[in-house]
Amino acid sequence: MIYSAIVFLPLLGALIAGLFGRFIGERPSEVITTALMMISAALAWFVFIETGFAADAAKTAVKVPVMRWITSGDLEAAWVLRIDTLTAVMLIVVTTVSSLVHLYSIGYMHEDDSRPRFFSYLSLFTFAMLMLVTSDNLLQMFFGWEGVGLASYLLIGFWYHKPEANAAAIKAFVVNRVGDFGFALGIFGVFFIFNTISLDEIFRQAPSMTGKTMNFLGYDVDILTTLCLLLFMGAMGKSAQFLLHTWLPDAMEGPTPVSALIHAATMVTAGVFMVARLSPLFEQAPAALEVVVFVGAITAFFAATVGLVQNDIKRVIAYSTCSQLGYMFVACGVGAYTVGIFHLFTHAFFKALLFLGAGSVIHAMHHEQDMRNMGGLKGKIPITWAMMLIGTLALTGVGIPHIGGFAGFHSKDAIVEAAYAAQTPGNYAFWLLVIAAFMTSFYSWRLMFLTFYGKTRAEPDTYKHAHESPPVMLIPLFVLAAGAILAGIVFAKPFIGYGLAEFWGTSVTPDKDIMHHMHEVPEWVFWSPFAAMVSGFGLAYLYYIARPELPEKTATAFRPLYLFFLNKWYFDELYDAIFVRPAKALGRLFWKGGDGTIIDGTIDGTAASVGWATGKIVRLQTGYVYHYAFAMLIGVALFVTWFAWPSGFGSTGLGPAGVR
Amino acid sequence: MIITTQPILSIITFLPLVGAIFIATLPKAAANNARWVALWTTIVTFFVSLLIWVNFDTSTPAFQFVEEYAWLGPIKYKMGVDGISMLFVILTTFLMPLCVLASWQSIEERVKEYMIAFLVLETLMIGVFCALDLVLFYLFFEGGLIPMFLIIGVWGGPRRVYASFKFFLYTLLGSLLMLIAILAIYGYAGTTDIPALLTTTRLPPDMQFWLWLAFFASFAVKMPMWPVHTWLPDAHVEAPTAGSVILAAILLKMGGYGFLRFSVPMFPLATEQLAPLVFALSVIAIIYTSLVAFVQEDMKKLIAYSSVAHMGFVTMGIFTVTTQGVDGAIFQMLSHGIVSAALFLCVGVVYDRMHTREIAAYGGLADRMPIYAACFMVFTMANVGLPGTSGFVGEFLTLLGAFKVNTWVAFSATFGVILSACYALYLYRAVMFGSLDKPALKLLPDLSTREIAVLAPLVLLTVVLGFYPAPILDVTAVSVKNLVAQYEAAIAGASQAATLP
Repeated sequence: MIYSAIVFLPLLGALIAGLFGRFIGERPSEVITTALMMISAALAWFVFIETGFAADAAKTAVKVPVMRWITSGDLEAAWVLRIDTLTAVMLIVVTTVSSLVHLYSIGYMHEDDSRPRFFSYLSLFTFAMLMLVTSDNLLQMFFGWEGVGLASYLLIGFWYHKPEANAAAIKAFVVNRVGDFGFALGIFGVFFIFNTISLDEIFRQAPSMTGKTMNFLGYDVDILTTLCLLLFMGAMGKSAQFLLHTWLPDAMEGPTPVSALIHAATMVTAGVFMVARLSPLFEQAPAALEVVVFVGAITAFFAATVGLVQNDIKRVIAYSTCSQLGYMFVACGVGAYTVGIFHLFTHAFFKALLFLGAGSVIHAMHHEQDMRNMGGLKGKIPITWAMMLIGTLALTGVGIPHIGGFAGFHSKDAIVEAAYAAQTPGNYAFWLLVIAAFMTSFYSWRLMFLTFYGKTRAEPDTYKHAHESPPVMLIPLFVLAAGAILAGIVFAKPFIGYGLAEFWGTSVTPDKDIMHHMHEVPEWVFWSPFAAMVSGFGLAYLYYIARPELPEKTATAFRPLYLFFLNKWYFDELYDAIFVRPAKALGRLFWKGGDGTIIDGTIDGTAASVGWATGKIVRLQTGYVYHYAFAMLIGVALFVTWFAWPSGFGSTGLGPAGVR
Repeated sequence: MIITTQPILSIITFLPLVGAIFIATLPKAAANNARWVALWTTIVTFFVSLLIWVNFDTSTPAFQFVEEYAWLGPIKYKMGVDGISMLFVILTTFLMPLCVLASWQSIEERVKEYMIAFLVLETLMIGVFCALDLVLFYLFFEGGLIPMFLIIGVWGGPRRVYASFKFFLYTLLGSLLMLIAILAIYGYAGTTDIPALLTTTRLPPDMQFWLWLAFFASFAVKMPMWPVHTWLPDAHVEAPTAGSVILAAILLKMGGYGFLRFSVPMFPLATEQLAPLVFALSVIAIIYTSLVAFVQEDMKKLIAYSSVAHMGFVTMGIFTVTTQGVDGAIFQMLSHGIVSAALFLCVGVVYDRMHTREIAAYGGLADRMPIYAACFMVFTMANVGLPGTSGFVGEFLTLLGAFKVNTWVAFSATFGVILSACYALYLYRAVMFGSLDKPALKLLPDLSTREIAVLAPLVLLTVVLGFYPAPILDVTAVSVKNLVAQYEAAIAGASQAATLP
């Protein structure tokens, strides 16, 4: 009952606001959706404590059947809510951030005309995300997966008058579909091999499939590696990993609360969740896990390089998200799934905080997002500044090794240590993550300095009217800030420390070795992210406070590299050239050339129907319609009667010669 | 039970014809009366047809509600439905009242004749799905061409004559081959009784091969499959809205139904032999027509091409002859019947207001027509195959079946899910989003009550069947299981026979 309430209250809110918003008005729509969301969040925390910490908690998953879904032969996919610790962690992340974002949006969107629609979409998103994290079979996960994709599409394009918003929305949907292409094939493959798509049954059978091969596209491939890689392709799309990342920065066209909820805290982490959820399967496919590490490490590094030079405040944070998701995948890939989920958990707080803080800045600056037109805002919006500062400290991982620090310190440093302990070739994963940590620190402080410090570069009028946000927007920031400070230190022990076995129960299958080895790495490894963090801060201070002329000079000196980063490694241009334009050209070719010239040309030509048809046109238009129809009907009837009557025809062999 | 003793299928089949005759007796000026009579006839037919669903026994693959009367010598008048055909009857009777409503104001010329044509068409379509005699089937199948030909040719757009003749010639030429094949079957088996042919007749492999091809010629055009699909976009563009609805929702399904009723069970050996051909054409259809849809400038053409792509999933699913593939194909046909009908109705809504189907003439409609935009969004998502809409279930099951049989087919066809997102969202964006700056659009009214009445049931069905497809899958399950089992037995029997000395 309580589980169903958590999942379905947001749906109820979405339906009320969506269907009846125009009748009940804007304020009631906001209040109802937000209140339902908050009830759901409160219940989720209750379930979290119950599942994770209660002494007598059942350590196997609780399953709540809801309804039948697709049944066909051996395929049985039902709507079921599955609750275990992993789900419970996701439940609190999703419902907490979502209810805070709902609350914040009441303030942020107060000038918008279609707020019922906005709140309906937000709640719909939350429902889909909850269906995703409570799924007990791959198909329900896929439902949630595409459902959040729909909500994301609707919310990115919420301001549908803006062409950029529409383009970004379609891009997000289509790029995610590319990932889902792999996910779907993965599901087909799983059903083909295991004859089931229910999670427990897959996990039970998975060990018996190690080392076996199947035929896929004409090649004999390792079953589990192939299936895991196909499923992981879905994760790459949803979590904006390298090659399928292009939609995430553009998604910033949506309203800022959306970016905080969907494109930072929850939806984009679905890929990480998926890998952790399927950890019993992935653990049997070491080759696939190597790919996961590789993709994660590359993304962490790549996205950080682009983040260094962006000027739009939201895009910096977006690339940061992309990069942090890479960290999470590295953790999962080396077998430290719980560390990945821990970073997902802490990241949700401080990244949502940063986004909502950025929203507060944008709100204060009358929808100005370019940091080149900001500066000196610290005195104008001190509370927002303080909150952003906490978010930055948490993101950059400020803390003292072996003692403690902000949320990001506990989770990110643990990932770096796990990456070292995993001994990837040349320790590339470890080094890429450390370099990325340095860049993270640099771009985060760059953002702080450009926005809040120095002399302002804003329009004098805008600057003069810059104002602190109302309480309804600040309260969510306070709650998230508390999370950004405390989430690491409070939850480190159960999530990744010595309490992890009791906490997680059977919900995740971590690689036992890595969880020990990550605590036994050399001392300098513990200090390396610390050093990266400090030097990143130092460099940013030098560039943007001490010697503000340096950025310009560096950009000029390394112009090609600067442009390469600024233009996001030219991925958009590349994809446009190799996918979008050829697809349209092919479409035109098939249409005009294939359908028009070849097919119709051949058929029209051979039938010479033009001359034949024109003879009839005259009749049609002069009202001989009935005669014609009647003639045809009679014709068909006679034709049939001719061959079928008298009855002797068939048996005397009047059928076409040779078929006997 | 009373129902089983009544000739219920004949009643459903000929009720519309009675309505048509009644309309024919009306005075010439009574356009409005004709509309009301047509509406009531179709509504009554729909409710009567629900009786067969309610009384349908889902535990048997046998034909139910069977009626049999002597007719033309060896040709009997024999009707009956099983799990494969029953829901198509319901789909037909369900869509008809919506079609009449959709034509309420858009048809002003020759209203009487128009309604007669539609009611006759309904009789013939229901007949196709109920007929249990080959010749009877053929009569209904071919007869349906005539009213449809007239609907396009008389009440269609500017190029209606070209389109209607193209439609007529393509489908008639295909059907002639089928007629010859029917003759041949009669010649061999001495009967045209479908249940008998299904259970007792074993056609020799060579003959199966040629018969399969002949039937294929007819059904492939009807589906339509690539490369004989080019009549469809033209026919859709010129047809009046309700004509497009029936064309997409019902007439195309006759091809898929034909494959399931005849090609697979009667010619199993040829099916196994020629399935790769069907897979190839299906995959080409999915990718090729999706790409073509992406560059269309006319709303109806875009949806027409998207229909061809969706029918590609159907043919692929049928010829996997796996439980999931066939279940999925039937579901996909029913779902497409709802969704494509709805999409054409949606185009009709704006066409009635603006008299153009050109995509570029629209933009920003979401501002003026929020309810319309919401409905259109539901159908767009169903077209894209989003889980939670009816469009997903069929697509997913057919692909699942295809993966078992051939990974290349499944792999290539799955590209369709990416491409469908491209063209469907492109259409939605161009029509609904952006700013509303074309002066002609600024005064458009949102959906009228009549239009809501037409679209609301379709929205509801699309979503309900997406979350709870069991009512349909349960009906088809046993018949499909039986079809697959018989097919596998036939194949196994043939290979055993081949190994004997």
